[in-house]
Amino acid sequence: MSSKIEELQAYLNTHLEGKFTSSVLALGELTLEIPVRSWLDVCNFLRHDEQTQFEQLSDLCGVDYIAYGKAEWDTHASSTGFSRAVQAASVDPFDFDQAKLKDEPSEVEAGKRFAVVLHLLSIKRNLRIRLRTFCEDNAYPVVPSVVRIWNSANWYEREAFDLFGIMFNYHPDLRRILTDYGFIGHPLRKDFPLAGQVEMRYDPLQKRVIYQPVSIVTQPTVPRVIRQDQPSIASQERDN
Amino acid sequence: MPEIRNFTLNFGPAHPAAHGVLRLVLEMDGEMIVRADPHIGLLHRGTEKLVESKPYNQSIGYMDRLDYVSMMCNEHGYVLAIEKLLGIEVPIRAQYIRTMFDEITRILNHLLWIAGHSLDVGAMTMFLYAFREREDLMDAYEAVSGARLHATYYRPGGVNRDLPDSMPQYEKTRWRDEAEVKRQNANRQGSLLDFLEDFTNRFPSKVDEYETLLTDNRIWKQRLVGVGVVSPERALQMGFTGPMLRGSGVEWDLRKKQPYAAYSQVDFDIPVGTNGDSYDRYLVRIEEFRQSNRIIKQCIDWLRHHPGPVRSDNHKVTPPKRADMKHDMEALIHHFKLMTEGYCLPAGEAYAAIEHPKGEFACYLVSDGANKPYRLKIRAPGFAHLSGMNEMARGHMLSDVVAIIGSQDIVFGEVDR
Repeated sequence: MSSKIEELQAYLNTHLEGKFTSSVLALGELTLEIPVRSWLDVCNFLRHDEQTQFEQLSDLCGVDYIAYGKAEWDTHASSTGFSRAVQAASVDPFDFDQAKLKDEPSEVEAGKRFAVVLHLLSIKRNLRIRLRTFCEDNAYPVVPSVVRIWNSANWYEREAFDLFGIMFNYHPDLRRILTDYGFIGHPLRKDFPLAGQVEMRYDPLQKRVIYQPVSIVTQPTVPRVIRQDQPSIASQERDN
Repeated sequence: MPEIRNFTLNFGPAHPAAHGVLRLVLEMDGEMIVRADPHIGLLHRGTEKLVESKPYNQSIGYMDRLDYVSMMCNEHGYVLAIEKLLGIEVPIRAQYIRTMFDEITRILNHLLWIAGHSLDVGAMTMFLYAFREREDLMDAYEAVSGARLHATYYRPGGVNRDLPDSMPQYEKTRWRDEAEVKRQNANRQGSLLDFLEDFTNRFPSKVDEYETLLTDNRIWKQRLVGVGVVSPERALQMGFTGPMLRGSGVEWDLRKKQPYAAYSQVDFDIPVGTNGDSYDRYLVRIEEFRQSNRIIKQCIDWLRHHPGPVRSDNHKVTPPKRADMKHDMEALIHHFKLMTEGYCLPAGEAYAAIEHPKGEFACYLVSDGANKPYRLKIRAPGFAHLSGMNEMARGHMLSDVVAIIGSQDIVFGEVDR
C-alpha cells in the first residue's frame, strides 16, 4: 500500500509538474497543495488519467486556518507531563464582545486563511489522495467548483459555503444547507462564537417565535483547579 | 383551458416516513416526481464546532450521537483518526473486541433499518421481529458499557474495559413471575461471550424468518423491484458507499480493501447486487446480517482463548489502573492530567475511514498540536446518499419516495451532524 502511494507521488511529480506547490507523504496519506488557478486542471487530471482514476470524491470540506497553532493553552507534552494553562491568546469562544472586536484577519497572511480540502478515492487502484487549496482572498474566498467532475461535490460545497462562507464559482445551486433558514454568519469560522449569536424563544406577547441575541452567561472553559485568575478555595473560605 | 403547472408538495419534516426530520420539497407532475429538493439541517447540532472546544476524549460521546443507530462504529472512526495521528498501537484483544462490536452494531443498524423500511412499505410484523433481536444486542451494549445506546466504549488506545464475566439478570416484578424470570435469565447465566454465542446460534434462523416474510412477498417486491435504480457509474459519481454502492454491483468494502481492526484475520464475504434497485440493496443488507453473524462467531471464539490487555499501556493517552493509582504517584498524576487537560496530538492531519453499516464513515482530523482538535470533518455516508435523492426519485411516484428513503437508510443524526 505504502509503496503504491509512493509510486503515485512520483507519477504525479512528473505529470503534474508546476501545477502544485507541495506534495507531502505523511502517515501513509498523500497531500497535494494546489494553487487555486490550477485547481480544476489537477482535479480533471486525477479523475480521468489512466494511472490515477480517482472516480469517487469521498469528502470535501473547508478549513479555517486563522487560529492554527495559536493555542489557548500552552499544553506541550514533555517528560514531566503537561505544562500549566496560560491566559487565552486567541479569541475566547464565550466572550462575545472580544470575539467581535478582535480584528484577527490582519494577523493572517493573505491567502492563508481558508482552505478547501478534498479527499479522493480510487476504487480501481485502492488509493486515496488529499488535495488542498488556499483561497487567495481572506475576505472573499473563492474556489472553482468541482461539481462537474464529481457530482457528489454538490452538497459538500454547499456545506463549505454554509459553514465557512467559501464561494464556489460555477456551482449550480449554492445555497445554505445545514443552518437555519435566514441564518446570518458562517458558524465554523474560528471567529464565530461557540454559543452562536442569536437564540430563539417563543414570545407570549407577540404570540410567535422570535430571535434575540444570546443571553447565555459567560462560562470559562478552563477547569478551576488549574486557573490562575481565581482565588483558591481555601482563601475564599477564609474571606467568608 | 386552465393553465397546467407542476405542483409543489412539502413532505416532512414531521412525516413518519421521513425517518426523522427530513423536509423534502417535491415538484410533482400529477403523481410523478419531477424534482426532489431535500432540505436538511433540522437536526444540526454543530458537532464539528463543539468538538473544537473540548479535549479529544470528551468528544467520543458526540460520535455516538451522530448516527444514533450505529453508535460504536462512529466512535471507531473517531478513535482511529486519533490513533493514526498519535501513532499508538492498540492491543490485539481490543482490536477483536472492536471488530465484534462493529459487527454487533451493523446488525443493530440493519435491524432498525429493516424495521423502519418495511413499516414504511406496509409490513408491520417486521418491526416487532426486529426489535425483539435488537433487545439482546442492546443488552450486550449495556453489559459492556452501562448504556444501551450511547455507549462511549471505544477509547484511543483500546476500549474502555474488558468484556464482563457475568450478564445483568432480570428480576421478579409484579408483572413477571418466577417462571418467567427464570426463562428470561436462561441465556444470561454465563459471561457476555456465552450470551452472544447463544445469540449468534439463534440469529440465522431469525434472518430466515425475515426472509420468509419479505423476500418473496409479492407486495414487497412490487414496492421495491425497479425502484430507485442506480448504475455503478452513477453510484460512484454521486459518492455512494456501503450497501448503496454494493447494491449497484461495485464490490467495494473497506473491511476487505483497506482492513482495520482485526478484519484481515476474520473470514467473511461481501454480498453484491446486480440491478442497483431498492430490492437488491435489501438483499445485500440481509446477506450482511449473515456475514456479520459469521464474524461475531469468529471473534467470540478468538476472544475466549486469548485473554490480554484491552488498553494501550501508554498512560499519556489511557488512564492507569485504579489499583495503581492508590500507591503510585506517577499513575495518579497521569490520571489527573488525562482527566483535566487530556493529551496533545502532534501537529498534522489524518483521514481515517471505516466501513460503517451505512457506508464509508470517516473522520478528517486536523491537529495543531493542542489538546483539542483544530478541525474535525465528519464524512457521513448518509449525507452523500441523500444528495443523490433527486436523481433516484425523479420519474417515480410519490409513494416510491418513501421506499427510496427507506432503502437509503437515512439517519439524520449523521446527515445534519
